[in-house]
Amino acid sequence: MEKPFSRSFTIQGKNFFDAGRASTEIKMMLQQLGIDAAIVRRAAIATYEAEMNVVMYAEDAILTIEVTPKLVKIMINDRGPGIPDIDLAMREGYSTATPEMREMGFGAGMGLPNIKKNSDEFKIASRVGEGTQLEITININ
Amino acid sequence: MLLSEVQRLLACDVFWGHHLLDRAIKYGCASDLMSDVLAFSRAEALLLTGLVNVQTIQTAFIAEIGAIVFVRGKEPDENVIALAEQKKIPLLGTPYSMYEACGILYQHGVVSTMECHQSRFAQKGTK
Repeated sequence: MEKPFSRSFTIQGKNFFDAGRASTEIKMMLQQLGIDAAIVRRAAIATYEAEMNVVMYAEDAILTIEVTPKLVKIMINDRGPGIPDIDLAMREGYSTATPEMREMGFGAGMGLPNIKKNSDEFKIASRVGEGTQLEITININ
Repeated sequence: MLLSEVQRLLACDVFWGHHLLDRAIKYGCASDLMSDVLAFSRAEALLLTGLVNVQTIQTAFIAEIGAIVFVRGKEPDENVIALAEQKKIPLLGTPYSMYEACGILYQHGVVSTMECHQSRFAQKGTK
């Protein structure tokens, strides 16, 4: 890969059937760019967890991915209820999921901790009633 | 272990992927929680689950799961099978419960992919 690469996706909230489409495209895109398989897997998992959070909790979001020779950066900016207590939301096992979310196999309170685990740098900001922003950075070298 | 051996040991039906039964399976993981699969699985592991929907397939694709075995006699619908075919993930189904299926595979040398307990043991200073 020679030049920096950037692409944006729109994610619709509450659309469980399409959930995972952006992450799937991103995974295939990173593979086509020749990124190391372990990096691709981490980026795909972090993106998928973030995409599922949007589908489960938000109205919609813009997901932007930037790839340079040194890093993969994924930014998700959603319109939604926001997170009142980020420290609490980052705890493994803490969840406000509905039964419908749990039926899909999600909402076990692992999403945000798992995004952080797969990131080299993870930033989160949120305003209640407005939305949440995530910035996930994964170093390539 | 080859996937064909998993099929024999667990008396599996094959819903999709007959031609991929020569795929090698080294690790196994079992969960109905897809976030746990994403958090603790390894690439090319076998996933045993009772969750039969399209998110199971999406999760398996993202986590690079080698094959899926649905437990307790559960059968996927045509949407789930079509997505598995698109992602090239073999889909099998066993009449055994999750507990029994895991026990049989573990007894035959398929080790756990979930490393969560190892970090907990390390914290407690035990093995």
